[in-house]
Amino acid sequence: MTTADAKAYGAVPQEAVGLDVQDHVDVADYQTIGEPYVENAKMSARNVNVYYGEKQAIMDVSLDIGENEVLSMIGPSGCGKSTFLRSLNRMNDIIPICRVHGDIQLDGEDIYGSGQDTVLLRARVGMVFQKPNPFPKSIYENVAYGPRIHGLAHSKAEMDEIVETSLRRASLWEEVKDVLDQPGTGLSGGQQQRLCIARAIAVSPEVILMDEPCSALDPIATARIEELIDELKERFTIAIVTHSMQQAARVSQRTAYFHLGKLIEVGDTKQIFTMPRHELTENYITGRFG
Amino acid sequence: MQTSTVFLTLLALCVVSFFVGRHKSRLIGMAGGGLQSLHSLPTHYGYMAALWAGLPALLLFVVWLAVEGSVVRSLVIASLPAEVRAQGVDQLGLYYNQLVGHAVGNIEPASLDATQLAASAVYNEVMNYSRNLKMLLVCLVAIIGGMLAVMRVKPDLRARNHVESIFTWILFSCSFIAVLTTLGIVLSVLFEAIRFFQAISITDFLFGLQWSPQMAIRADQVGASGSFGFVPLLVGTLLISAVAMLIAVPVGLMSAIYLSEYASRRFRSITKPVLEILAGVPTVVYGFFAALTVAPFIRNLGESVGLSVASESALAAGLVMGIMIIPFVMSLSDDIISAVPDTMREASLGMGATMSETIRKVLLPAALPGIVGGILLAVSRAIGETMIVVMAAGLSAKLTINPLEAVTTITVQIVTLLVGDQEFDSPKTLAAFALGLVLFFVTLLLNVIALYVVRKYREQYE
Ligand SMILES: Nc1ncnc2c1ncn2[C@@H]1O[C@H](COP(=O)(O)OP(=O)(O)OP(=O)(O)O)[C@@H](O)[C@H]1O
Ligand SMILES: [Mg+2]
Repeated sequence: MTTADAKAYGAVPQEAVGLDVQDHVDVADYQTIGEPYVENAKMSARNVNVYYGEKQAIMDVSLDIGENEVLSMIGPSGCGKSTFLRSLNRMNDIIPICRVHGDIQLDGEDIYGSGQDTVLLRARVGMVFQKPNPFPKSIYENVAYGPRIHGLAHSKAEMDEIVETSLRRASLWEEVKDVLDQPGTGLSGGQQQRLCIARAIAVSPEVILMDEPCSALDPIATARIEELIDELKERFTIAIVTHSMQQAARVSQRTAYFHLGKLIEVGDTKQIFTMPRHELTENYITGRFG
Repeated sequence: MQTSTVFLTLLALCVVSFFVGRHKSRLIGMAGGGLQSLHSLPTHYGYMAALWAGLPALLLFVVWLAVEGSVVRSLVIASLPAEVRAQGVDQLGLYYNQLVGHAVGNIEPASLDATQLAASAVYNEVMNYSRNLKMLLVCLVAIIGGMLAVMRVKPDLRARNHVESIFTWILFSCSFIAVLTTLGIVLSVLFEAIRFFQAISITDFLFGLQWSPQMAIRADQVGASGSFGFVPLLVGTLLISAVAMLIAVPVGLMSAIYLSEYASRRFRSITKPVLEILAGVPTVVYGFFAALTVAPFIRNLGESVGLSVASESALAAGLVMGIMIIPFVMSLSDDIISAVPDTMREASLGMGATMSETIRKVLLPAALPGIVGGILLAVSRAIGETMIVVMAAGLSAKLTINPLEAVTTITVQIVTLLVGDQEFDSPKTLAAFALGLVLFFVTLLLNVIALYVVRKYREQYE
């Protein structure tokens, strides 16, 4: 691919994708390598195209997320990982210029169907964002926010119970149990991110989407979150976007590699990292691009 | 004319100093092996020279202007014959003013005596001298200052830091002037108010239920009661403000929420400026609207349901005042709500909250300190508003909380007290200062409450 061709796709700044190593790869009509489908799919996306106004950010992506698995999504900056992740719980609806075409199902139900309610959908598919974003409320209120909205607790005792379990699952309970009435924004970055995870799991979602949850954290806090993800997969299905190859290798069972809005390759994490079948994937994971 | 000449000369000297300073630093820099050998940029040396030329001279100029009048006066008076000087202070003042009036050409010589004419010549002479001396000294100081600065230009002179600290001082003195003038205003109001309280007891003023400031000009005048109880005014003010806020806060806040969260960008970009223009309409226009349209409408409406409504009512004034304040509340709240970071919206929506839950539970609490601040500002505006009340609520100081009756407010009474033809030290006019003082304290109290509320929520939400 020439530089001019790359410009025609218009999606990614040159330095991000390293044009010099992709000369013979035509991304435009590309079939995903590997097995995007699984048997026990929790969520399944078929031929998904996402547009921001005129610009296409996701091109014909089909991908399953299996029950109780951790799927990691990697790829150069601007390749559409966040866009794809956000279309899984319709967070893209907030952006007026964003349009999602294709079919995305949760437990066999079309989430963009006419009868679908984003309120219920987002209760089932929770999200943790790149930057910790606790509400400027107390730690308790942060966790209780979702259960309140969805009417999950019928008494103060039940709410206390939910808050405690969620904080325990997010392995934050020991650190904050005496300061539950303190503002959540007063915690450290790593604690804040765990608080956000606790907030997300307080409504007992079935799927948790994480968009670079550790990018603002130090190695120790990152390690704790990774441990946490490992424990959480017992109960939840998790899709995580990450820029850290090691993180993807450590926490996920399957890995999907995105490039310029295309799903290039997907497969077992081990296979992807030891024997990538596509040159782009190999270049990316070995750091040989640009 | 004279003043502006000095001013322009000074400005020119500053500009010259700038260029000389800059040029010299360049020369020195080049000689020392390039401009990098200088501590600061050549322009900094230029600015330094200009400031040194300008500031001391300007200071001298201002001081000169301030004392010139009294020095000239004492010089001229000293030249007068002893028997003229022996007059009383007031008479001498009048005498002096007359001769000055002649000197500047406002008074015909026919109305003055010979001594005055002579003194007026002396006055002109002294003034002339002073003018020339002023011009000379100011220029001299400017030149010396500029030269000193230029002479000090050396590679290791920290002109950049120097200029920086001079600017800090200039900024400081400006804020100091602002504080000082405010203090001056408060003090002058306070002193006049104290004079008022010497005539009328402070308890009568604060707790009296009757306001009718009719002082007798002649001893035998009828209808001069002279009671100065300010409670009816306070109640009237609060009543009208309350009506206004009841209109402005809900409507303003909700339209702000609509604009910032729901409206399309296009709608917002058109609506907001239009509403802000509305906020700039002079209040007298609103007053028209209140008196000619709203008040009769309310009266007719009241009559049709069997209520007796005064043709000027607190309700009419409050309603229109509320309408006037809506854009104010809306614009402030909109800015504050929009300033809540998007990550908060995403977090809440991502939890499955609807937009209105997000607004109620996340955005409004986060924006609350700012909104409260905005509302209290709006209240201050309502309390200080005069024109609409004069036109739509009347002047009768009735003690009532019925919004259908005519009431009056503190600001309106201040106006009516001061436009009368009473002498300036009668309790009637002095009462205006007492009212002003009270108004000052009421707004001060509001601000204290605002600060308290804002701080309380800060603690809770950060
Ligand atoms: N709100 C938006 N409006 C318009 N274009 C957008 C918007 N968000 C993303 N895009 C575009 O869509 C493409 C994919 O963006 P996306 O955020 O999904 O990338 P990403 O893979 O998550 O990148 P990163 O690793 O940097 O987070 C980019 O070209 C980006 O410019
Ligand atoms: Mg992203």
